[in-house]
This record gives sequence, structure tokens and C-alpha cells, in this order.
Amino acid sequence: MNFSLLTLEIAVVALALGLILMDLWTPPPAKRKLGWVAVVGLLAILGLSFTIHSDSVAAGTSMLVQDGLAVFFQRLFLIAAIFVLIMANETASRLSMGIAEFHAIVLMALAGMMLAAAANDFILLFVALELISISFYVLVSFQRARLQSLEAGVKYLIQSALSAAILVFGIALVFGASNQTNFVMLNSESAALDSNKVYWLGILMVLFGLTFKISAFPLQVWAPDVYQGAPTPVTAFLATGSKAAGFVLVLRVLFLAIPKLAVHWDKFLMLTSAITILYGNLCAIPQRNLKRLLGYSSIANAGYMLLGVAALNESGSAAVLYYLAGYLFTLAAAFLVICVVMKDSDDVAHLAGLGRRSPMLAGALTLVMVSLAGIPPLAGFLGKFLLLRALIEHGPTNPACYWLAFVAVAGVVISLYYYFAVIRVMYWAKDPPDLSAITVPSGIAIPLVVCVLAMIYLGVYPGTVLASATEAVKALKF
Amino acid sequence: MSPLTYIFLLPILGALLILLIPGNYKFVIRCVALLASLISLVVAVFVFCTYETSPVVHGFHYVQQCAWAPSVGINYHVGVDGINLGLILMGATVLFAAVCVSHQVKTREKEFYLLLLMMGGGILGAFVSLDLFFFYFFHEFALVPTFIMIGIWGKGEDKNYATFQITLYLSIGALLVLLGLIALYLQLPPPDRTFDIVALTDYFKEHPMAEAPQRIIFPLLLFGFGILVSLWPFHTWAPLGYGSAPTATAMVHAGVLKKFGLYGLIRVALPLMPDEAQHWANILSLLCLGNILYCGLVAMRQRNLNLLIGNSSVAHMGFAFLGIASLSLIGITGTVLIMVAHGFLAALTFSLSGYLRDEAKTLEIDELGGLLRKLPFIGAVMIIAMLAGCGVPGFAGFPGEVLVLFGSWQRSEMIAGLAVWGALVIAGVYMLRAIRNVWHGDKEWPAIADVSTLWRKIPYSLLLIGLILFGCFPRLLTDKIKASVAPVVRMVGAEAIEMAPVTHVHITK
Repeated sequence: MNFSLLTLEIAVVALALGLILMDLWTPPPAKRKLGWVAVVGLLAILGLSFTIHSDSVAAGTSMLVQDGLAVFFQRLFLIAAIFVLIMANETASRLSMGIAEFHAIVLMALAGMMLAAAANDFILLFVALELISISFYVLVSFQRARLQSLEAGVKYLIQSALSAAILVFGIALVFGASNQTNFVMLNSESAALDSNKVYWLGILMVLFGLTFKISAFPLQVWAPDVYQGAPTPVTAFLATGSKAAGFVLVLRVLFLAIPKLAVHWDKFLMLTSAITILYGNLCAIPQRNLKRLLGYSSIANAGYMLLGVAALNESGSAAVLYYLAGYLFTLAAAFLVICVVMKDSDDVAHLAGLGRRSPMLAGALTLVMVSLAGIPPLAGFLGKFLLLRALIEHGPTNPACYWLAFVAVAGVVISLYYYFAVIRVMYWAKDPPDLSAITVPSGIAIPLVVCVLAMIYLGVYPGTVLASATEAVKALKF
Repeated sequence: MSPLTYIFLLPILGALLILLIPGNYKFVIRCVALLASLISLVVAVFVFCTYETSPVVHGFHYVQQCAWAPSVGINYHVGVDGINLGLILMGATVLFAAVCVSHQVKTREKEFYLLLLMMGGGILGAFVSLDLFFFYFFHEFALVPTFIMIGIWGKGEDKNYATFQITLYLSIGALLVLLGLIALYLQLPPPDRTFDIVALTDYFKEHPMAEAPQRIIFPLLLFGFGILVSLWPFHTWAPLGYGSAPTATAMVHAGVLKKFGLYGLIRVALPLMPDEAQHWANILSLLCLGNILYCGLVAMRQRNLNLLIGNSSVAHMGFAFLGIASLSLIGITGTVLIMVAHGFLAALTFSLSGYLRDEAKTLEIDELGGLLRKLPFIGAVMIIAMLAGCGVPGFAGFPGEVLVLFGSWQRSEMIAGLAVWGALVIAGVYMLRAIRNVWHGDKEWPAIADVSTLWRKIPYSLLLIGLILFGCFPRLLTDKIKASVAPVVRMVGAEAIEMAPVTHVHITK
């Protein structure tokens, strides 16, 4: 067995266990500093990831592959986790107890995501997903004294268990039909499996189960409730990390296990995408709770990213990766602002007067909304641009793409209404209740500036990140 | 670096600098904004004056090109030819004038100047870009500043409604354009795919686009750009939006941003998709009658001066479309001239009505009257601008409208006739009536003051100079425009009609 493939995951798990041990010997007042130890540790692991040569390992029949796609997503997850831990440090006073456990469980979920990024086998896929889900059961309901948090935890538990059941049923059917669980082996036997109805049903159920993680139709209902109830850092991790983990698995299943069958699935993917876009955007209109609004917005964004998957080409998958990178920094910035501003309530009205109270936070949140709405010069624009380009490129083979592009555009126009309503509240709401200035702690200000710069960089200069995304999807077959 | 880069980069850099200045240094902020836009204007004037002597690449002057994201075919490519030369000069002038008149803004100056410079820099960037990606990118840049500026500093009861209406309309238009541009780009075979306008034009000259894609892409661009230019019946956002906007925003938006759609049609849609352009020309000429006649009649009924000006500006756009629909050298040349002229005119009228709104506290025409005694300078300039708005000779609008009517006459006498009626009779009625009701009469205004210093008169004078300069010497522009429009018209397949005598007709009249 080659342990070097697991270097990053082992490092993350070791860090998590080390944190729990250190917690035992750390006096209570110093416990909050442990979070910064975790942040520094993750930064070191992120640096380590650049020393790994992904191209040295070809996608074989092993359970785990450390290809370009895996490394791209692992870096994405590491960055997401760093922002989440920073938020957790700043909001530690609001988590009733066990801050070290909180950090450790975040790191466990991170290890699950990193395994998911490298999964080349249905068994590892399921194990990685369960590691993510079980960590999130704890994280979502971490504020035990808060009813909303508990409610969100129960909702997440039930729906996650349902989706896992569907997923594992699908895996069983796939295994029953093919005697294989390895993606590469399944692909090599595709000639015999193409006409097998049981196999098709199995794949359908696997994809069905995965829509839970990416919060796309038909298993998207949980997102707004859980986003609203969960502690803010957890919501941020759900929106950035967990969603990306779902997408890397969708890409791996579609384009490694069943690349030849995938062409038959484009109608299914397009329909899912269209419904997800419209559902997310239409339901977001009446929302008054900012985290809930971001929950619906995350559904809509899953729909946009499915456009790239449905395009079934290399540029589509590269666009999904690019979009996820932009989405990570955009949402990280949003939740950093929420951590500071939304102390008592998550109501959008609570943002009234933010333009005067803290121009920096208001400016950052404005850029977040503008980026989510897909307007230049920010990451969201370039992501949507690349997705639409990939989709229309697929048009000649399937004219339905053109209609889907119109649905996406309609979704973007609808979304402008609710995103810009947030900007309106910040700058010209009537009678802001409170005009006291907000001081931004430097622990928030620095990552926030990093996020904003990354959003602008990704929106203005696509070169390097797009090149690495294109390189990463070379691991897939189209 | 090409001076064109400085023209749009200076305002954006100015905006970034303002971001770093604390909000209570109001004087410094205003100075930075004035300086950034002034230098940008000086560079634009320099480009205009040295246009003929500068080296030419592919028909473009002051070209700068470098790879930006080669894997997606995006290049940074700027250049100027007859079509955007006047627009750049006009845009820079309007931006500077808009910064000048913004001394009326007394709240949150930092944010105001930051957004104004972003908006102006963005649209100037769109006009200098010869790459479709940046062309779109820079135009969209201005959307958010418009929204926030109308929201914070806007006036009127319908402000909130207006902000969302203008944002949603403009986004729908822009997104349709985006779909069209991406589809256009995908018409090229994979290795040559590029957003470069020059390369695209060359490619489609060699390999004309097939029927089927033209049939999809042209309407997308026509209606996308059409919404951005307030083509009837998609114009309803414009009067209300401009009526609610703060003065500077209305000036830059109505004057400069609105020309983006027309520019895009001439630069991209007509030359690359000639068959569909021929096909849609008749429908387009009917729609622009909607602008000229319907919006003219709507303007007649307005009781608010800003709404009247807004509607009349929508009506003027009808003439610009009419020139495009004529698909002739003379007509499209006229359109480009109208775009420049209307930029100066719209900015001038909105700046004056903004001054009036701040002084008289109302723009309801019934409550105004007799203001000329108290406001001799503003009143005189406004009357001049209103006369220019009904197409009086001597102002830049006149030669433009004449050229458009000549071009349109060759296509359909009836439409040209109706358009003349709309321009001369309807515009004459509402403009003259507004002059009488606002400026004449015996109403007394005790607490009202005219522009006092020479310094404050500069923005109005600059815009007026632009209007008169190109009105009396249209060949400063038309010769250059003609040379650049001719290849477009050749690609559309219409016969090029010699137009030199026409400008003589006007000058010797």
C-alpha cells in the first residue's frame, strides 16, 4: 500500500487528533488560541500540497487517485477550512463549549472531503461522504442551547440519512449488475453494461443521492433550513466545502465511471439544472433572513454549476471548477461579514445603515452580492461566462442547450432582484435603527481583504486558475 | 502603452485612489476626481487631434494588443477608428463635466465620486475595446454604480422602483447580448476561437456565417442592444430612471452609456451578420418609428421637466436606429454623428435640469415659470440645448439627422416622411412649450441664484462647445466616420452612396 498518496489526509487527521490532545493540557483562557494553531497547521498543509506531483500517479484501478483533479479540490477544501476556522475563532464566544472539538470535527469533515476528491471507487466514495455527513451532524447542531441549531441538525440528519440510503442502494445495484465498484473497471466493462437496466437504475440512484450534497433538485429542500439554523462557520463550510465535494464526486462518477453512458444523461442533467436554477432563484425572492437567502442562492448556484456538467465537455467541467473557486471566496467573504454584523439576528433588515456603520463590511458584502449576481469585474461573472460558453458549445449536438441557456439567463435576472435588495438595505434603507460604528477585528479584516482580492483577481484575470482547472479535468474522460 | 488605455484607466485608478482617502477629506477627494477625469479628457482630445497622423493597423489607430487569457481567446486589444473616435471624445468630456457639476452633492462624497469614476471609466473602456469580452465586461462595470447612485442620491418618490427597473432592464439586455456574443464566438472553429473584433471581422469576411446561426444570433444582439438603447417598446426604463437619477449619473448614463448598444450594433451585428441585418432592417425601421412618434407624443404629455427630457432622449434614439436600419453609408454615418451629438446634448440638458432642480426644488413644469430673469446663464444655455434638441441647424444633431433622413429616404419614403414629422413637429411642440412654461412668464423667484463664477460655467460651456463645434464643422467627424463605416456597409452588401455633397448642402445652406 502506498501511503504517500494519503500524505495530506494523514496530516489533516493528525492535526485534528493533535488539537484534541492539546486541548487536554491547555488552560481554559488559552483554549481559543488553539484555533489559530489549526489555521497555521492547515496553511502548512496547503503549502505541502504544492510539493506533491500529481502527474506522477496515473489513474489506475486503485481505490484512491492523486490526480490533478484531486489536488485541485484538496487545495480548495483546505482554503475553505482555513476560512471556516478563522470564522470559528472569531465567533468562539457564541459556541457554548468545546471549541477544540469544534475545530477537530471541522478537520475531520475536511479529511472526508479530501478523500472524496481522490475517490476512484464507490466504496471510498461512500465512506468519504459518510465521514463528511457525520461530522456535519455534530457541527450543525453544535449550539446545543439554541433551538434553531438543534432543529437544523435534526433536519440535516434525516435528509442526509435518506440520501445516503438511496446512494448506497444505488451502489449495491451497480455492484450487483457489474461485480465492480472501481470507476476505471466499470468504464472498461461499459460495453457489457450499457444495456443493463439494473445498472442504469443504480447509476441513477447514485446521482440522485449526490444531489443532496450539492443541494440540487430533487434533494435540495434541506439547504435553506440548515443554512439558517447552523452556526455561521458551519454554514460557510456547507456552502463552500461540502458542495464542492458533491461536485467532484458527480464529475468523477459521470466522467470516470460512465463516460460513454453520460451522453444519454444530458437531458436528465439539463432538466435538473433548469429546475434547480428556477427553484433556488424564485424561492429566494421573499426571503428576509440573510443566511436563508444564501441557502436558496446556493441552490441556484448548484443549478448554474450543473450547466457545466450538463455540457458534457472539458470546458464545461473546467468551468465548474473555476466557478467553485470563485464561489468559495465569494461565500467566505459573505460569511465573514455575517460573523461580525449578524450577532443577534440574521434578518436582512439588520443590515440597515451598514454603509455608514462600516464602509468596509458594506463594501465587501456589496461585492459579494454583485459577484453572486454575476456582474463584472468579479469572480461570479467569469464563472457564469465560462459555464454559458461551455453550454452553448454543446449546443450543436443538443439544441436543448439553447433553451437551458435562456433559463439560466432568466435565473440571473431574477437573482439580481434579491441580491440587489440586500445592497439597497445596506445603503439607503429608511430609518436604520442603529448607527454606531462597527470595529472590524483584524482576524476578520485580513481574510476578508484576501477574499475580496481573490474575487477581483478571478473576475479580471482568468489565466492561471483556468489553466489549472483545465489541467485538472484532464483526469476525466469526455 | 496606447493613450487609449490611459483614457479609461485614469478614472478607474482615480476611483481606487479615492477608496484609500478617508471620507472627511472632501476637498482632496473632489480634486482627485476632477484631476483624473480632466487628464482623461486631455488624452482624449490629444487622440482626436493626432488621429490622422498616427500609425494605422488594420484600419485602427493607437492600437495596443496583448494576450490576456489565450485559452479562452480573450485578448486585451484597444484601438480607435472613425466610429468610436467621436464617442471617446464625447464620453471623456461628459465624464469631466459630470464630475464638475457634482459639487451639488453634499452627502457621502467619497462613495459618490468613486462610483461616478468607476462608471465613467467602465464605459470609456467599453468604447476603446476591440475585444468583445472587454467590450461587454466594461459596459457591465457601470451597472452596479448606476444602481447604487440612483438609490442613495436619487430623487423622487419612485426612486426605489426606478432603481430596480433600470437594473433589471439593463441586465436583461446585457445578458441577451452576452448569449449572442458567446454564440458568435463559437461560430469559429475551435483553434481560432477569439473574441477579437478585428480577427472576427476578418474571419467572417472570408467565411460568411451560415443562415441558421445568423437567424439566432442577430435577434439576440438586436434586441439585447436595443433594450440597452431603449428601443421601443423596451424603453420604459429610461425616462423614469433618468428622472430619478442624480444629475451626474443621468448625464453619464443618458449621454454615454446609452450609446453602447448602437455602437455594438454597428461594430458587431451589422458587419458579421449581413443577411439577417437586411432581413431585420424593415422591422427595425418600424420600431424606431415607435421611438420617434410614440415617445415624442408621450413627451408632449409630460408635466415634469426631467421626464420630458428623458422621453425626448428616447425619441432621439429612434433617429439613431433609423440610420442603422437604412443600412446605407450615409445613414450609418449619420447615426454615428447623432450618437456623438446626442451625448453632448443629453448630458447638457440633464446637467441644466439638475441645476434647476437644486435651485427651484421642483421640476414640475406647472410650478416653474419666469425663471429666465433669475437664471440668465442657465436659462440661455437650456434654451439653446432645447432648440438643438428639435434639430435646429448649427448644432451637431442637425447634420446627423439630415444624413439619417437621406439614408432612410432611399429605403422607404414613407418612413422617412413620418420621421421628419416626428422630429420637426412633435419635438418642436414639446420643446417650445417647455421653453415658454419654464423660462418665460411672470412668476417671481426670490431665493434663487444663477451660476456665479466662471469656474462653474465650464462644464456647461464644454458640452455646448462640443455641440456647436460638430454642428458647424461636421466634416471634422463625418470624413473619419465615413472612412470607417464604408467597410461595414460593404460587408452588409448595400451599395455605398457617395455622401460628400450632402455635407456641402448643409454647410452652404
